[in-house]
Amino acid sequence: MSSKKTILNSIKANKSQNPIELPETNIPHMHYEDKNEKFATMLASVGGNAIWLEDGDINAFVKEHYKDVTVITSTIENLTCKTKEANLAQTPHELEDVELAIIEGEFGVAENGAVWVKNPKNKYRALYFLAKQLLIVVKKDAIVDTMHEAYERVRFDKDGYGLFISGPSKTADIEQSLVIGAHGPTAACVLFV
Amino acid sequence: MGHPELAEKFIANDERMHWHDKALWFVRAKRDNASKSVDEWEKLRKVASQIKAHTLDKLDYYLEEFEKNATAKGLHVHWAKDAKEHNEIVLRLLLNNGAKKLVKSKSMLTEECHLNPYLEEHGIEVVDTDLGERIVQLRKEPPSHIVLPAIHLKKEDVGTTFEEFLGTKKGNSDPTYLTRAARAHLREKFLGADAAMTGVNFGIAETGGVVVCTNEGNADLGASLPKLHIASMGIEKIIPRLKDLAVFTRLLARSATGQPITSYTSHFHAPIIDGQMHIIIVDNGRSAIIGSKDFKSSLQCIRCGACINTCPIYRRSGGYSYGYTIPGPIGSTLGASKDLRANKTLPFACSLCASCSNVCPVQINLHQQLYKHRQSVVAQKLLGFQKHTILKIATWVMKYPLLMDISGKLARAIVPKLPRSIVYSKVNLWGKKRELPPFPKNSFKELYKQRKGK
Repeated sequence: MSSKKTILNSIKANKSQNPIELPETNIPHMHYEDKNEKFATMLASVGGNAIWLEDGDINAFVKEHYKDVTVITSTIENLTCKTKEANLAQTPHELEDVELAIIEGEFGVAENGAVWVKNPKNKYRALYFLAKQLLIVVKKDAIVDTMHEAYERVRFDKDGYGLFISGPSKTADIEQSLVIGAHGPTAACVLFV
Repeated sequence: MGHPELAEKFIANDERMHWHDKALWFVRAKRDNASKSVDEWEKLRKVASQIKAHTLDKLDYYLEEFEKNATAKGLHVHWAKDAKEHNEIVLRLLLNNGAKKLVKSKSMLTEECHLNPYLEEHGIEVVDTDLGERIVQLRKEPPSHIVLPAIHLKKEDVGTTFEEFLGTKKGNSDPTYLTRAARAHLREKFLGADAAMTGVNFGIAETGGVVVCTNEGNADLGASLPKLHIASMGIEKIIPRLKDLAVFTRLLARSATGQPITSYTSHFHAPIIDGQMHIIIVDNGRSAIIGSKDFKSSLQCIRCGACINTCPIYRRSGGYSYGYTIPGPIGSTLGASKDLRANKTLPFACSLCASCSNVCPVQINLHQQLYKHRQSVVAQKLLGFQKHTILKIATWVMKYPLLMDISGKLARAIVPKLPRSIVYSKVNLWGKKRELPPFPKNSFKELYKQRKGK
């Protein structure tokens, strides 16, 4: 008998004959009066920062805030500040030198400062983790209250990869001391345009 | 050795025991703040518990759904009935792909299967990439906690370990400095790896993908560089729908460390370009627990570690005192369900304070399960002779009120006059590290009678 069969038979023999109902997940949940403010507060609490760009000029913003950064990739088309084309790399390993990755996020979540990132145009998901710093660009009004609404917008009908990113990578594995910048980016900024 | 003997080693260093206690309580306090920030917290716990209970009731169906949908998305699904088969599948996948260097992110399941030594015996270089896990791996120790693997170590311990293995500066134990050193060291390992392994936090039956939650980015870095990604998943990690994640992602990190969510919540529904992704579904004794009315709900666990952080016994005895892969209340019930004889002392590593059950995000009745396991230990005659005899005598005395009254009177008269060497002799197991309170003149019964008359 295959192991699959052995496991399934064992479950069938042991499981309850009266299964309980699957509950609804969309329970009444919190709403925030000022979603932007909540999002910014939560993101700051996990080591990231949120900025609302009035004029929408990402190039100018990058020029001003990332002065010493030379290797910049972007999943957003037509950004002149881009210096490296991530999708042209032969292997994801070639992205090791990326200092700033500008990526698109679909929406933010106010309750935890997370941004949903599922970028079908980006060839290498390693980019999100190899880059020294991350700049996530999100449309101005795309913020939901909680994860309940967030998952209403998330789809995996086809294959693919997507993730919530909440701030930079971090660890507290040494004596519970929070250190920002573990294996992934050491900084993460969410830019609303 | 059982829990009491192993705990004795830990508490021998009084200062460190109290330090450990405080470190864990700090995490528990953060969890409290995070849970209180969500108005619907209790409702979330209830829904989470119901989703998990429902899934266990139809687990065969959901596992097959998962396999069907994962396969349709180009992922490879394997089934392992036990640890041995799991390890063999991993090794076969590595050898078939010519992989010699493996980077691993946190997975308690692979600890349970003793995968690392098995792979190393077969010439595979295995590097644990979670910072805490790397620290304990370099020290040749197992993790002492499921979320905080190196919680038993002080920064100076990490400093000397890194000094030896990573060449960091002598005497420098600054957490940021040490973390940066580990980052540089592990970056090399990531870039040079032939394959990556991750655990699985949630397997989604509806979409056939898996979700991994981490803070450090190590799981993602591993899974997005080499062409081979193997994810090991216990059968109980399945959830029915994608939207169920709304409930679980709101509970998991808040319960674990008090964070609103982990830095990364990654949904894998495809391998990387030209890569392969394999998921190994592992039973290893879990399906048998489904058949137990009393212990089934222990399989609802999402491995947040909240019960461990709050447990007064864990905080004061450390992860190694349990002698089981998973320490604390959840490990004690899982271990006892799996092999009661080998883990017979674990149900007693509990004060029945119920704090674990109260913080559990999926409402597992942990303390009640440990109480039930104790009864099995006695029924199967696994309780030590000394404890058994004392309890037998106590039962006999308490059955007869007159005998109880007389014994109480005698004890109150005699015990305070006895020398310490007798009162705290070896027979008095309770008296280890504990002081008896001063004996009162009268029993409760006598006091009650007096007052009632007034």
